[in-house]
Amino acid sequence: MKADLTLDAYGLLCPMPIVRTAEKIKEMQPGQVLEVISTDEGIKEDMPAWCRATKNEFLGIEKDGDVYKAYVRKK
Amino acid sequence: MKVTLIVFSGDMDKAMAAFNIAIGAASMGMEATMFFTFWGIHILKRPNAPSKARGFIGKMLSMMSPPGAHKLPLSRLNMLGMGPFMMKKLMRQYKMPDVKEMIALAKRGGVKLIACTVTMELMGISKDQLIDEVDTLAGVATYLSEASEANVNLFV
Repeated sequence: MKADLTLDAYGLLCPMPIVRTAEKIKEMQPGQVLEVISTDEGIKEDMPAWCRATKNEFLGIEKDGDVYKAYVRKK
Repeated sequence: MKVTLIVFSGDMDKAMAAFNIAIGAASMGMEATMFFTFWGIHILKRPNAPSKARGFIGKMLSMMSPPGAHKLPLSRLNMLGMGPFMMKKLMRQYKMPDVKEMIALAKRGGVKLIACTVTMELMGISKDQLIDEVDTLAGVATYLSEASEANVNLFV
């Protein structure tokens, strides 16, 4: 999946990935896609939950080697 | 969406859990308020602030209480201070923020930190002995008013 911006949260533990995601999303335009790279196992559930709460669109998660790549579209 | 937490405990592990939730809530666009009462008040103390406790028992209590967020005991395996020392080493290894850093993160996210006035009276702590990050001093009515409007109310 292609993204407009990438957030590298490699090695960061909860809640840091979603804290950084929230900060990054603020800098983006509606419609843009953010790619979040994370090694936190919880991101698989946390990112969809964060999207539900903040009304952003959850596009999916891919596993790439030892990292997860989550994709979010800003509404 | 509102979240309130009563931070009754003054332990490092419990403080971390409470802040973790508040910070997470803030990053999800929820309004989060933390009420620090009883042992929790020590988390908000300015490091090395001189104690204003009066009376023999008051002074003893003050001497035996944690000096601030930088030096909190663990709720288990405290081992006379070895526990927190080892836990902090482990946290550094995993790049986890400690309580002081979590206070900063919480403030950045807009979390409200409220100190309980009765507790301050009991522990002989005055307003200027608290860190600047504290938003207000209040009592139970303020807590209940916030909690009655909140979806999530936790006692830590």
